[in-house]
Amino acid sequence: MRISREDVEKVAELANLELSEAELEMYRTQIDEILEYIGKLNELDTTGVEPMAQVLADEQSADATLREDDIVRCDVAAEILEQAPDREASYFRVPKVIER
Amino acid sequence: MNAAWTIDGVREALGTKKISARELASDFYKRIAERNQELNAYLTLSEERAYLQADRIDGLVAAGKVLPPLAGVPIAIKDVISTRGVRTTCGSKILENYIPPYDATAVERLEAAGAVMLGKTNCDEFAMGSSTENSAYGPVRNPESTDRVPGGSSGGSAAAVAAGLAVASLGTDTGGSIRQPGSFCGIPAMMGSYGRVSRYGLIAFASSLDRIGPFATSTRDVAAVMGVIAGRDTNDSTSTTAPVPDYRAAMGKPVKGLRIGIPKEYFGAGMDEGVRKKIEAGIAVFEKLGCELREIHMAHTDYAIATYYIIATAEASSNLARYDGVRYGLRVEADSLLAMYRKTRGAGFGAEVKRRIVLGTYVLSAGYYDAYYLKGQRVRALIAQDFREAFSKVDVLVTPTSPVPPFLLGERTSDPLQMYLADIYTVTGSLAGVPGISVPCGKICGKLPVGLQIFGPAFGEARVLQLADAFEQAGGASV
Repeated sequence: MRISREDVEKVAELANLELSEAELEMYRTQIDEILEYIGKLNELDTTGVEPMAQVLADEQSADATLREDDIVRCDVAAEILEQAPDREASYFRVPKVIER
Repeated sequence: MNAAWTIDGVREALGTKKISARELASDFYKRIAERNQELNAYLTLSEERAYLQADRIDGLVAAGKVLPPLAGVPIAIKDVISTRGVRTTCGSKILENYIPPYDATAVERLEAAGAVMLGKTNCDEFAMGSSTENSAYGPVRNPESTDRVPGGSSGGSAAAVAAGLAVASLGTDTGGSIRQPGSFCGIPAMMGSYGRVSRYGLIAFASSLDRIGPFATSTRDVAAVMGVIAGRDTNDSTSTTAPVPDYRAAMGKPVKGLRIGIPKEYFGAGMDEGVRKKIEAGIAVFEKLGCELREIHMAHTDYAIATYYIIATAEASSNLARYDGVRYGLRVEADSLLAMYRKTRGAGFGAEVKRRIVLGTYVLSAGYYDAYYLKGQRVRALIAQDFREAFSKVDVLVTPTSPVPPFLLGERTSDPLQMYLADIYTVTGSLAGVPGISVPCGKICGKLPVGLQIFGPAFGEARVLQLADAFEQAGGASV
């Protein structure tokens, strides 16, 4: 067994994800199977291989692709606020964060 | 009734005033009304926006102006691509009522080129899936065989075009999500090189892999859409400054003498015999065209799925952290902020998305990061190296798109790993960042479409399209 029920619970907590008892058990079993499969990567010796985070070629350097950090007005504040589940004036409202 | 429109056909009909852009849009909405209930390809229709654009095109025609390249062409957009003022759900309950405040660059470019957006298409939730059965809004049916899946995750975009409910569409591909549904629905479908098409406005799943690309009924039309959406966008720092060639210009030029690599690792165990026969017949078409076939060895192919599911889930777990019930989307009320996050995410995400968030968080977590995530990135480098070496010997690679033909609805939903393995021939190119197209390559028993995949070197889209077109012209679709 590669992943325990406690591991799944801990990971779900890290990801801020509420899982039911049934989901915890289902994901434990399925992810265990997936990790077992992923374990085949250990057949490969990757000593000295640089990890590849992205595929862009060297000539696509930051200098070539980053734009100037200019301010561009987009005037969509109202549209953005419109999407909020709960808001007050131009603020997003959330449940209390700090206990008194 | 099912007049098969092409981009050139629309242009000609508008130019000679056989039909107006408004009439054409209205005709497509009529087809959608007739067929969509069964197929479930469209989630949202954008009539108002479509007719506004159609009228603009009709105005150009009336004024005798030069028409833009996609004038009046009815298109569909996958629902993970942002459209200002038009609901964009990502196939998820968590974004059920989300209205983006801006357009994706690809959409903006299509409309600037005259295309008429009919609506948004169904897909696996956040593009996570290979059958479109993970949509919170019900599965899409394959128009070629309605008891079967259309592939995924861009199943709605593929089905809409295959059923004649759009002339072209946009999908997104992270591990095969354009090419595999193209294969399953029997139409050409292309993923350009990573960086070729701007991702601005594409709602992120795995940022180092996600790409936007077209579906159409011919390779020529795929090339036309590709030409419009490709190119540098200052709003996406990963979009490249490499110039965009005229993709149609290369089409029709002889392909004799081009070197085609056949990687033997793509013809191994787990491949359906019917698919194998069709792909072999497809390869024979290239041989007849005078291409030179070479067997190629790509040593790390067998590790691609494992690598992909580490990298894609890790990036997804990070990207999907934004759905927190604060700024947009669903909120489930609770008395503390943390409890609100947890309940919102628990209720808003579907089973596959939760599974990938858990897996992705796990492979990134302390103690496992090196063993899984870094290991995955190292193997990714080896897979990319396989492609670079292959393209030092051959011009393109030809493989099957999928090891299996379209499967029955519900046939694979109970076993996530089996579903993942359906992407075995497409994820390699996703990890390597190279362009790939799937083109129709016959039908098993005359009803189950098979797709042949062509990979080219990074930014070798023109070559890929030239060969795909030559294959199509030589009757590849009916081998």
